[in-house]
Amino acid sequence: MSGGTGWPALAMFAAFVLLTLGITRWAARRTRTAADFYAAGGGITGFQNGLAIAGDFMSAASFLGISAQIFADGYDGLIYSIGFLVGWPIVLFLMAERLRNLGRYTFADVASFRFAQTPVRTLAAISTLMVVLFYLIAQMVGAGQLIRLLFGLPYPYAVAIVGVMMTLYVLFGGMLATTWVQIVKAVLLLGAASFMAAAVLWRFGFSPEALFARAIEAKTAAAAAKGMAADQAAAAGRAIMGPGGFIKDPVSALSLGLALMFGTAGLPHILMRFFTVPDARAARTSVLWATGWIGYFYLLTFVIGFGAIVLVGTDAFYLDADGALRGGGNMAAVHLAHAVGGDLFLGFVSAVAFATILAVVAGLTLSGASAVSHDLYASVWRRGRSDQAAELRVSRITVLVLAIVAIGLGILFEKQNVAFMVSLAFALAASANFPVLLLSLLWPGCTTRGVVAGGAVGLVLALGLTILSPAIWVTVLGHAAPVFPYGSPALFSMPAAFLTIWLVSRLDRSGRAAVDRAGYLAQRVRSETGIGAAKASDH
Amino acid sequence: MERQADSIRLERLADDPRYRRLVRRRGRLGAVFTGIMLVAYLGYILLVAFDKPLLARPVAGGATSVGIPLGLGVILLAILLTGLYVRRANREFDAEVAAIVAEERA
Repeated sequence: MSGGTGWPALAMFAAFVLLTLGITRWAARRTRTAADFYAAGGGITGFQNGLAIAGDFMSAASFLGISAQIFADGYDGLIYSIGFLVGWPIVLFLMAERLRNLGRYTFADVASFRFAQTPVRTLAAISTLMVVLFYLIAQMVGAGQLIRLLFGLPYPYAVAIVGVMMTLYVLFGGMLATTWVQIVKAVLLLGAASFMAAAVLWRFGFSPEALFARAIEAKTAAAAAKGMAADQAAAAGRAIMGPGGFIKDPVSALSLGLALMFGTAGLPHILMRFFTVPDARAARTSVLWATGWIGYFYLLTFVIGFGAIVLVGTDAFYLDADGALRGGGNMAAVHLAHAVGGDLFLGFVSAVAFATILAVVAGLTLSGASAVSHDLYASVWRRGRSDQAAELRVSRITVLVLAIVAIGLGILFEKQNVAFMVSLAFALAASANFPVLLLSLLWPGCTTRGVVAGGAVGLVLALGLTILSPAIWVTVLGHAAPVFPYGSPALFSMPAAFLTIWLVSRLDRSGRAAVDRAGYLAQRVRSETGIGAAKASDH
Repeated sequence: MERQADSIRLERLADDPRYRRLVRRRGRLGAVFTGIMLVAYLGYILLVAFDKPLLARPVAGGATSVGIPLGLGVILLAILLTGLYVRRANREFDAEVAAIVAEERA
């Protein structure tokens, strides 16, 4: 296990794998109908669902990525965390209950409720697959890098292991296994992070002020050691307490902020979790728990990041000859685990970090598979006349295909920036899914043509502007200057989607448009009262 | 046919004054809270974009900067608003919905 963390990590990892396979076996026996497979039979409680949703957000990207960002730049990491959190109140105030009242398995159920099924579901399925794919690549790349560092495995093997494990969970255990794996991991991760943060604060007499002061000293000393003059070094040390290079220009800042805030309300693998609870009240409760846990988790990450600056960054044991972190920047939290809890706790945190990726990847895959089997196959292709067994078969085949594609792309995109891929997924969700959902729920005048045109404009524009932005156009494609100079497209693509939906709907004089508008009243009453809501059960 | 009868029933409900009042009050609460969250978060992001030195300024001459309580404040505000909305919905709105639906079914 050269470069790995040795047997404690392997033992903990093996224990987690056994536990989750046990959950999958238990869930497989309870997964018979489509409602079981897609929505865990609607039997998840609000508290459990809140933990599962929090688990989806406490991905390896946020645990390792944000603590690493704080370790490197201090305050900047907090800006990202806040963006990920503030979408949740919006989901609650505008969507959660209405989603539960109108939908069964996918957000397309809701988006297409009163519209022509074929075009709206096709669009929703395409955007779901695109969001899922970008998110999936990010997680696979993160997983591969993490496992290579933790266990010393070659990158392709690491990616393949993740692919095989998540396939087992989803294929046999469906949503029930996917949810419980996520819950178990969320509890383990919250526990581990709480212990780390408490251990850090304990060393500073539970005074954040003392922690920050020591962190500034540590950064100042590091800057001075690199040969900076005393006043420059002091400024460099002090810089970790304020925003730095993370956000360059105001337009990019606002654009990324909008993508993070409204992207949450358009992420298909998050929205599908609202169909696993029995009613609107449980949907609401899940958001409260999720917001609480996610907020708490980001506070912990903040302490962990600053703790790592002091306890890891100043200890030669964790640094290589050049003074950089051993194993790469993303390992700050993992090294901190060793610093506060020794080899055994390091093993535990490594296993939890890996579990995090597995759980998130499983949820993403299930969401992509539902879009193909429930929206494309059952509703569009078979026009609602397929039987359940055939639909489930299509779903399971899709899981296999997605797993193979994810492994392939994970290996192909080894060098891609993980945070960038995640923010792209958020931008697509905010530009395509969010405007379609919001206007179909709340605007009577909205028509089939409007949502299809607007959703497509949002999707294409978000993707196109991203390709023309510095990260792809200059860094990947090697052009001299970007065509689109900003870091995130949402500030332009999201309003463009809203505007297109409004304009096309207003101009729509088709017969279908009359049906769409006439259907609003009944849809609204159902969404507000829950009359006729699917119980996510076929019995 | 059944679907048609259903939609007539739903349309009648939409005219029920108590239903209209409920939807108006709940919608207003959601809109106001959404507005507060938007202003708080976008205000914070605009500070990050336009006035970095302000956020980096120390509080009371210590190590802690102004940006830390502000950032944590946005996080706590998100949790607080969510909690307030859920409490009001659980205590008031749910009972009203149940009463309207029950009467309409009778």
